[in-house]
Amino acid sequence: MSRFTTQLRAEVQLVSRNGEQLLVTLGIPVLLLVFFSTVDVLPTGTPDPIDFLAPGILALAVMSTSMVSLGIATGFERSYHVLKRLGATPLGRPRLVAAKISSVAVVEVVQFAVIIPVAYALGWNPDAPNWPAALGGVLLGTMAFAGIGLSLAGRLRGEINLAAQNGLYLVLLLLGGMVIPLAKLPSGVRQVAQMLPSGALADVLRETLTGAGVQPATSWLVLATWALAMPLAASRLFRWD
Amino acid sequence: MNSPANAVEVEGLTVRYGSLVAVDSVSFTAAAGQITAVLGPNGAGKTSTIEVCEGYRTPSAGRVRVLGLDPASDQRRLSEQMGVMLQEGGVYPSARVVDTVRHYTALYGKGVDPLALVERVGMSARAKAPWRRLSGGERQRLSLALALAAKPAVAFLDEPTSGVDLNGRDTIRGIVRELAADGCAVVLATHELDEAERVADRVIIFDGGSVIADGTLAELRKGHDEIRFRSSPDLDLRELATAIGMVASRVGPDEYVIDAPPHPRLMAQLASWLAENGLPLTDVRAGAQRLEDVFRRLTADGGGDQ
Repeated sequence: MSRFTTQLRAEVQLVSRNGEQLLVTLGIPVLLLVFFSTVDVLPTGTPDPIDFLAPGILALAVMSTSMVSLGIATGFERSYHVLKRLGATPLGRPRLVAAKISSVAVVEVVQFAVIIPVAYALGWNPDAPNWPAALGGVLLGTMAFAGIGLSLAGRLRGEINLAAQNGLYLVLLLLGGMVIPLAKLPSGVRQVAQMLPSGALADVLRETLTGAGVQPATSWLVLATWALAMPLAASRLFRWD
Repeated sequence: MNSPANAVEVEGLTVRYGSLVAVDSVSFTAAAGQITAVLGPNGAGKTSTIEVCEGYRTPSAGRVRVLGLDPASDQRRLSEQMGVMLQEGGVYPSARVVDTVRHYTALYGKGVDPLALVERVGMSARAKAPWRRLSGGERQRLSLALALAAKPAVAFLDEPTSGVDLNGRDTIRGIVRELAADGCAVVLATHELDEAERVADRVIIFDGGSVIADGTLAELRKGHDEIRFRSSPDLDLRELATAIGMVASRVGPDEYVIDAPPHPRLMAQLASWLAENGLPLTDVRAGAQRLEDVFRRLTADGGGDQ
């Protein structure tokens, strides 16, 4: 087994044993999907809230796993000196980062395997979803959010990192067009929100799955920029201890 | 690659944190097949020095070579042959002993059998326990196992017996000696002078960011013979000095030291004077200074806390 797969296996094993991480990655997205699609309180602008919510919740799931869950876990690993200890092995920083991002992909497969059937069960029925394009969006989103999560985790102390990740999660959730349409935001805030990775990913998924994207070309560009920039930032900012 | 005789070579190493000079132009070597103990009070600079050797920290000045490699630029190559034992932590709290050892043996890829390694450090009975449920001593044993997973040519062990019970200490000392006997250069940082005295071939003492002593135990003790004894707490030291012709110093409530070789005549004079005055004589120890006393003597001016 290569060093990469050894580390990937360890990462997946740890996620599967961590109840809090599973709550953030699976529990919260499913809960939001079920609640807001059955209780019609959001100004989604669609006849059935599920049509707006399903792509947004898939984007939220990507953000929960690749930024919050990965970032908080990695931050505590720094506090526990796990990263410092790994730093003295031949694993190396690029392979560690790659293994962490790949473990996120494994968790996302499980998330999608749960969320998509739940969405269909709640009445979601997109006409001609372009799943390969959506997968491309998810891949870019994963890279962008993982880069953000690891950049914070690689620099901040455990508790500060925890607060920063959760705070950012909330901001990106509210301004990301995931559960509240960007059109409902004040115009100044909306312009900023459209440049955020959460808003871009939600728009890309909405476009590829339902054809209802607001500015798909710009969103792809914004998402790709974040996806390139943040992993680079993470590998430069990341510290073992 | 061939292991050089000096597996660790440090020349003029300086480490600065802003305006603070933590390590000030330090030089020393550590040989393959030897156990080198690095001692020093807190803040003496030993951890910063070792972290430079491990590749965790970049030196402000000086030259460091470990197995002939520059740890700052060749850390990846060095890590293939380097065992590291951190003072604390280093393992996921939920990770089980056997899984952690399996993980590290796979990362090093040296064909070390994880189960045999768990057994070697005496952890077979706790193989399925997670890190968070291990005692301090068990954690140290697991940390040592992770260092051994590298089949190291050089090993940096930080406080390896800290918090370990007596049987565990014997196990760890035995493993450390085996490592050195197999040709590994073992660099052992410790606060426990007794530990260094038991296992070290060579001792390097840090104080105030500098190396203040470097040599074998015999070399450090050379010229510092003493007679140490316990007696009544209110011994009249002036009268004793008149009687035996040597000055005795009080080093504890009822413990005294005479800085002199243990000549039989001097020993007899001491015993005789105490007997004449009806005073007890217990715990007599004569000969070379203990490492603890060498350390106290050398670090006294630096205000060490040991």
